[in-house]
Amino acid sequence: MSILLKIIRYQFHDISRSKWIIIYTSFFFLVTYGLISFSNDTSKVIISLLNVTLIIIPLVSIIFGTIYLYNNKDYIILILSQPIKRNVLYLGLYFGLTIPLALSFLLGVGVPILLFSRDLKENFEVLVFLFTAGIFQTFIFVSISFLIATLNENKILGLGLSIFCWLFFSVLYDGLLLLVINLCQDYPLEKILIGFTILNPVDLARIFVTLKLDVAALMGYTGAVFQKFFNGNLGNFISLLSLLVWLVIPLLLGIRKFFKKDF
Amino acid sequence: MLNRNGNNSPFYLPQRGSKKDFSIILSNFSEKDSCRAVVFLFIWFFNFYFLSETLSAKNIHVGAHQKIRTIQSALKIISNGDSVIVEEGTYKEKSLLIDKSIILIGKNSPVLSGENKYEIMKIKADNVVVKGFIFKDTGLNFIFDNAAIKLDSVTNCTIEKNIFVNNFFGIYLSRSSRCKIIGNELSASQTKETYSGNGIHLWQCREMIIQKNKIEGHRDGIYFEFVKASTIEENKSENNLRYGLHFMFSDSCKYSGNFFKKNGAGVAVMFTRNVDMHNNRFEYNWGGAAYGLLLKDISDSRIFENDFVKNSCAIYYEGCSRVTTHNNNLTENGTAIRLMANSMDNSFSYNNFIGNSFDVTTNSTRNYNSFENNYWSEYKGYDLNKDGIGDIPHRPVKLFSIIIERNRPSLILIRSLFVELLNAAENIFPSLTPQTLIDSKPQMKRYL
Repeated sequence: MSILLKIIRYQFHDISRSKWIIIYTSFFFLVTYGLISFSNDTSKVIISLLNVTLIIIPLVSIIFGTIYLYNNKDYIILILSQPIKRNVLYLGLYFGLTIPLALSFLLGVGVPILLFSRDLKENFEVLVFLFTAGIFQTFIFVSISFLIATLNENKILGLGLSIFCWLFFSVLYDGLLLLVINLCQDYPLEKILIGFTILNPVDLARIFVTLKLDVAALMGYTGAVFQKFFNGNLGNFISLLSLLVWLVIPLLLGIRKFFKKDF
Repeated sequence: MLNRNGNNSPFYLPQRGSKKDFSIILSNFSEKDSCRAVVFLFIWFFNFYFLSETLSAKNIHVGAHQKIRTIQSALKIISNGDSVIVEEGTYKEKSLLIDKSIILIGKNSPVLSGENKYEIMKIKADNVVVKGFIFKDTGLNFIFDNAAIKLDSVTNCTIEKNIFVNNFFGIYLSRSSRCKIIGNELSASQTKETYSGNGIHLWQCREMIIQKNKIEGHRDGIYFEFVKASTIEENKSENNLRYGLHFMFSDSCKYSGNFFKKNGAGVAVMFTRNVDMHNNRFEYNWGGAAYGLLLKDISDSRIFENDFVKNSCAIYYEGCSRVTTHNNNLTENGTAIRLMANSMDNSFSYNNFIGNSFDVTTNSTRNYNSFENNYWSEYKGYDLNKDGIGDIPHRPVKLFSIIIERNRPSLILIRSLFVELLNAAENIFPSLTPQTLIDSKPQMKRYL
């Protein structure tokens, strides 16, 4: 355990000094500050922040994660020559990357909101959802990126797969869903759609926050079904479970592959 | 003979103003027609006495400590123009029938109870005033539509500053004109639409004034059917089971300064010409069939300076023509404007559209209405010549709203990146959204 903490601490220091993490933080800071100062409408700010969270965080996490593992190959080989378990090293690298990424998101978005937002209390609940969503996105997509990077020796292929993965979750999946919805127009699709949404971590985060924001629009039958599910205890539990599965399964698969990997 | 002021002079001057008339009469007093003048004066004084006698209305006090204990018995001895002053206490009088022009005043809010069985008061005479009572517990009766106060075929009545609690219908007017309903508070607590009556119900009336009332928990807060030339002002209608204001076949009416909040289905205005709706506020009307303002078959009307905040659908137009909608604020609604294909020649100008999920939705691929000079918070254009008007026109109808129109479950994709991309593509090459539904002069800054 102490070795794990040591690795995490080392990685944390290493990454905190990286210019990319500083750029990442300041990007969030500037975007949030800009949105707050240019718009008087808090719910509009939150919607824009949601878009940023759902597009930028998965993209940055997955690409950063892949590159990070490739770039640290020498370091990994060096550490593995020591009496350190492989899963400890893998987890150390994982948390060493995700914690700074998540922190920089929290600071970049949280600080300007705390400092400059006027009606913070009104939207407190939505903001909590937004932050939770952002942190989960970071953890899930880094874990996927680590899996991709361990599976593929070829850097170009790995990076390509990562980008495709991001594209699939944020854009293509919804396109496919829309296709399914249109093909099966005559059937009551609400419950099946909830199932499909839960399968995609990006969609899940999006629907959670929009249900809080766009209540008025969603109040039809369809909206009522979604609302009932996602605001109920069972819905919350299943959603959380799905997010955790998305986090844990790639991580475990990655560790398994990492054990057998010949560097 | 002593007159009322104890002055026994035959030349008693009743009022200051009439002094002049009197001197004119005296100056005309010549020998020639002295006889005629004497007769004239005699008639003049006689008239004065007669009139003053009728004008001297009686005041009858009713109360537990008075000679007359019930309003019912007071009504028997009363004549036109008298006042009944009812003192504190609870009166169970079954149904009161008022068929004389009297003034009924409640002192320290006496309670008139219908004991959950009766209609409380029925007014069948003109010029009646009812003021300062608490009306409570009319029975539920679907045949007679029991109301706390029912006015039938009267003119010029006033119902003022009363409190109505737990009644079936509150104030029910039919075939009446020029009445005033001012400053009443109505509340009811039924939970089912079918077991609840309307707060203020008008049927076949003319020139009525409904002002500063508060209505809560009824079926429809204010109900207008076949009413002409009336005004509804500064009322507050909230938490009603169906509509805050239900308005049908009522031409040339006007409602302004009202506040409608959290009503089951919002406000409905139907089958009417020439209505003015201004300065009202429509708030939090949520539900699949709830509208801030539902307009059906409305023509030649004006909607201006209203605030629509957080409604599922702010304004719904069906079969409307020549309705002008200007200077309104539409903020954070699900759908700000829902415009059905059978609406024509309506104009939308100088409105603020701020933070709505959908600004305009329609089921039509064509457009016969005009949008101009509105402010759209969704507008992404620019203004190079700095004249405050965006250089490229704005298309308020999104592709996604049309997808939802055809297929409700696709709502689950709201705010998805994929949908945003589709919207952007449609915006550049419109194929499914109405091509001519554009605001060619979108404002860069919101109207204050």
